[in-house]
Order: sequence, then C-alpha cells, then structure tokens
Amino acid sequence: MVAEHLPTGTVPVNGPHPLAPRLAVVKRHTRETVDTVTLVLSSPTGEPFPRFVPGQFNMLYLPGIGEAAISISGDPKNREELIHTVRAAGKISNALSALLPGATVGFRGPYGHGWPLEKAVGKDLLILAGGLGLPPLRPLLYELLSQRERFGRVEIVYGARSPGDLVHYSQVQEWRRRSDIRFQTTVDAAGRDWYGDVGVVTTRIPDMRFDAANSVAFLCGPEIMMKLTARALEARGVPKEAMWVSMERNMKCAIGFCGHCQFGPSFICRDGPVLNYKLLEPLLWAKEV
Amino acid sequence: MKVVSHTVPESRVLEHPFFSGMDPQLAKPIVAKAVERLYSAGEVLAEEGTPCEEFFLVYEGKVGLEVGAADRPRLTVQTVGWGELVGWSWLVPPYEWRFEARAVKPTRVVVLDAPTVRQALEANPGLGYQFLLRLLPVVAERLENARVQLLDIHGR
Repeated sequence: MVAEHLPTGTVPVNGPHPLAPRLAVVKRHTRETVDTVTLVLSSPTGEPFPRFVPGQFNMLYLPGIGEAAISISGDPKNREELIHTVRAAGKISNALSALLPGATVGFRGPYGHGWPLEKAVGKDLLILAGGLGLPPLRPLLYELLSQRERFGRVEIVYGARSPGDLVHYSQVQEWRRRSDIRFQTTVDAAGRDWYGDVGVVTTRIPDMRFDAANSVAFLCGPEIMMKLTARALEARGVPKEAMWVSMERNMKCAIGFCGHCQFGPSFICRDGPVLNYKLLEPLLWAKEV
Repeated sequence: MKVVSHTVPESRVLEHPFFSGMDPQLAKPIVAKAVERLYSAGEVLAEEGTPCEEFFLVYEGKVGLEVGAADRPRLTVQTVGWGELVGWSWLVPPYEWRFEARAVKPTRVVVLDAPTVRQALEANPGLGYQFLLRLLPVVAERLENARVQLLDIHGR
C-alpha cells in the first residue's frame, strides 16, 4: 500500500514510509531574538541522528498542527544532537518556537542538496548571510573551520535588521575574533549603543578581500538580499557560476512529488534548496514566476 | 577633536580612493586649505541643520551617519570608514548638513574646505566634471542603500 502510489525508486519496498517522521525530544531551548529560538533535539532511543550535508533541511512535525521545512543549523559531526533555529512566523513555526525541554517533536530528513563546499577547495570562500540566513550556513562554518587549510581567504558578512536581530550572537562574536577568517557583521539601522557597522549587506562588499576569478560565494537570506548581493559580487568580478544561493519555498512533501515548492523548472526541496546562481538568475530577476 | 595638521600635503589628500585617477595638477585647487583631524569616539563631525562649510575624507576609523526626529531616538543609518567620504550637502544650496555625522570609534579624517572647493569647481568645469564623476557614485550608492533599507528585507 505504501509504495504503489509513489514513483519507482523513491521508496525502499520494505523500508519505512518516506513521509513517516522519527521522534526527537527537545533537550534545550535557547532564545536568539524576540521571535527566534534554537531547539537542540536529542534522540529518545540514543540512536544517532542521520548524517546531513550543510545546507540540508528537515521537516519538523507537530501532531495536529502540521509540518514545516527547517534548515539544520548544527555541527554535521555531532550526530547526538539535531539543531534547528526557528523564527515564529506562522502557525507551525509559532508552535515549534514554543516547545520547551522535554517536549516531543517529529522529524524526517535530511532533504535536498546542500552547499557544494568541495567546489571552494583551494579558492577564496565568500559567505554572505542576511537575517535568518545564518543558521543554514552555520553547519558549513563548522565544516570549513574543521578543514580550514583547504581554502584560501574566508570572508564572511552577516547582516540583520538591527543588533537585536543577530542570531547565534555569542558564537558570532567568537568567529569575529578568529584570525584565520574575516567575519563582519552589519545591521540595517542601529542606535548609538551599537559600535559595529551599519548598512545593508552589500555595503560591506567593497571592503571584502578576495581574488574574484578564484572565488566561490555562498549566499543565504531574503531573496532580495541574495539578488542584490549576487549583483554586487558580480560587479566585483565573481562569475555567476561560482555563486550558490539557498532558496526557500512552501515545501510539503520534501521529496519532489507534490510540486508545492516548484520554482521554474526546479523543485526546491529536491533540486535545492542550494542552487547555482547562474541557473537561477533569470527566474530571480523575473517579475513573476 | 584634535587638529593633527594644518597643512596637509597634496599627495596625502590625493592618495585617498575618492581621488583615484585624478590628475594631481587638476586637483591642486581643491586641496588648498585641507587640514587633518582626529576625532574621538562619540565626537560629532557634523551637526544636522548647521552650515555645511566642509566635508571629510575618512582615512581611519568609522563614522556613523545619523538621522532623527524629535519624538524618537537618533538612528544610525550607515557607517562609513576608510576610503569613503562624508558630506555632500556643501554642494547643494542651502549648504546645510542634512544628517549628523558622529565618530563611532577614533577617526582620522582630512577636512576639505567647502567654499574653496566650490570655487575651484566653478572656475574649472573640467575639474568640476571630474569631481562630480567621483561624487555621483557615492550619492547613487547611498540612495540605493537607503532604498534597500526601505524594503526592510529582514522584516517580518
């Protein structure tokens, strides 16, 4: 009954149903900003969580409420914990954000294609995040810092609406202190108690140091931010095909058969969420897709 | 605020990225009366609504550009640092600062005398054109940034 309605090859005949969630228990709940929390999940059976690639996502499930696609924001090497950073922006994410230690949540995944870090080996790596775009890039930072010597310069810019909207703030401060990467933060506007940079993410690009022809860029944030950032990087000589962006759409099945997340010829859940900018550019700049 | 030097060599001024590629002979009248100043964190370089008789080339540090309204705290909308310029209200009547500029951290600037520069640009249209070719991208970039800020891309 399970397999016969699904495309051939999608389902292991004797395996679990692809839409069936596993259970996890909330171990820690950390408030990041006024509307964003980080949930650290543990496995009730002690069985390690599935391996994932930075940039992939899980479907988090609450019975009676629904399911939402949330990027994984923890260290890929830590299979004892599953970490998700969630902004309360709707019915499901509101409920997820309210989960306290001990609560049970369902998950399935990981899904999609992540950041192609191997393409950056031997090159300068540019990472630009806006708002809640940092959590999907956080696993990538863990990964690249564990093999830092394989990359050239690493330039990171993280922008948010205000100082109070910067997530993973204490870790960001640690990364800013590192001498082997350059991590800049900027906010759209601030009061006088903020001594950092002010301006949209693109204002930091002229100050970034990299060899444009030998760079790879990973962008994650609101679509308008990624479009303008890609355009600014291109103006500095970074080729379109060397830029990847992480897309967000309304995902339902997460395995490429329901079509809810279709964007042009791609299903974001299956072909993305990380996609090459050169392929995506015409769609991103189209008035309507 | 401390004046570091009352006489700034032309070469010092022209090494600033704003003047990149400009013929030093052409630029000579602009840099007359230039002084170098050091501002401590928190000190005001320019006060909104006051006569704009000078503008600044930033060599070190960070300057916050602030806007405000009577009923709310002042808001920093952009910071500018090394290689950037603060102020163009001196070129447009009524020559009054349209925002406040405050040093966010210790900041070293070269200050150009606005009436001197205006006179030089007026006297030599070739110089005026070269100068505006450098100033306009600064204005355009800040306008575009302001528009992106208006979009509130990180908003909820």
